Amino acid sequence: MKFVRRFSRTERTLHWVNATGFLLLLATGLILYLPRLSVLVGRRPLIKDIHFWGGIGWIAAVALVILLGDRRGILRTARDLEVLRPSRFNVGQKVNAILNAAFALLFLVTGLLLWLGERDTRFRFTSTVLVHDILLYAATGLLVGHLYLAVIHPATRHSLRGMTRGTVREDWAEEHYPRWAPPPAD
Amino acid sequence: MDDSSPKRYGRGLFLATLFGGLTSIAWGRPVWNRFSGTLSGIESLVPLVPHGWRIYSVADHMPTFDPATWRLSIDGLVQQRLSLSYDELRALPQAHQVTDFHCVTGWTVRNVHWRGVRLDEIFARARPLPEAHALQFVSAEVPYIDYLTVQQSQLSEVMLAYEMDGKPLSRDHGAPLRLVIPEMYGYKGVKWLERINLVPQAGDGYWEQLGYDRDAWVGHSNGYGA
Repeated sequence: MKFVRRFSRTERTLHWVNATGFLLLLATGLILYLPRLSVLVGRRPLIKDIHFWGGIGWIAAVALVILLGDRRGILRTARDLEVLRPSRFNVGQKVNAILNAAFALLFLVTGLLLWLGERDTRFRFTSTVLVHDILLYAATGLLVGHLYLAVIHPATRHSLRGMTRGTVREDWAEEHYPRWAPPPAD
Repeated sequence: MDDSSPKRYGRGLFLATLFGGLTSIAWGRPVWNRFSGTLSGIESLVPLVPHGWRIYSVADHMPTFDPATWRLSIDGLVQQRLSLSYDELRALPQAHQVTDFHCVTGWTVRNVHWRGVRLDEIFARARPLPEAHALQFVSAEVPYIDYLTVQQSQLSEVMLAYEMDGKPLSRDHGAPLRLVIPEMYGYKGVKWLERINLVPQAGDGYWEQLGYDRDAWVGHSNGYGA
């Protein structure tokens, strides 16, 4: 069976660092947000600290991977994402990536405002918590769709191999990304 | 633009999402309230967050309520110190009210049904001394405290509540007793209340020591409506 290279080492590291950070924040955020979980877990001050510093660490780690990794490759991928036409990715994947990037920044800004607002009324706005919540629902929706296509749906779940081992079957790539000329696996 | 320089709708989507999200910090809540009729319907479809309540606490564990040992103490500058059991508290004349609950972080729960006791009932039995000008409310959740002046405690809808929406107060809402002050933000309404201490003057409560306003009037404090 012939394989082609799907994702570079930098891209894969970026993906998994991003996923780990997001899941940590989702878990701690749900403990803070859902009354039943809040009662069950307790330790709100500690969970709040983990959530806040986890958020700072998440964005910092993503930035670090880009800075220390293959910057040129990431830039090339970003340029490709800017054009909403099937290429190395289909349009759905592009929209997913773009929204996730925008959501991450909005999570960061609203999260910082919530943290600052607890300390200084100048940073307190009545809508901040609402926007942070709506982002939670939107981002979780994207995550559910992404997990379904990457892990469960039979026709597409082979793509997970691209994100773990970096390569996918050549015939699968040709079928799913006819407008993509993949580099051969080395 | 020809085919060799394709339009970058992806970049547009990214910037539009960022722009919409950032500006919604200014317009999100008013728009949400404008459509709250339909949206509160959607909110109620999310049973995980009943009625939009968020549960805030400051200690590692929420206090647990044991009816056998629980007491509400009223002491300090009073002629008669009191130590009420849960049953004794429930036996006092009851009051009922339907009021909105506002949190300083921006969320509101409308039409909460409260049942409990007015502070007048407590005053009639403990008889505060003339030099008592404020009440210190002490939570079983150490170190949460807060204060009201005696004057503020006389506002018509201030209540020591033991029932919410027809049921005994749940643990996350401060079982068995919490203070309710509809005209002030929720952080003044001490949960897991176990002691009322009559003092010469009001001091800073838990959040006030961290910079919040002592007089937490809804819409006119903590940087709002200034």
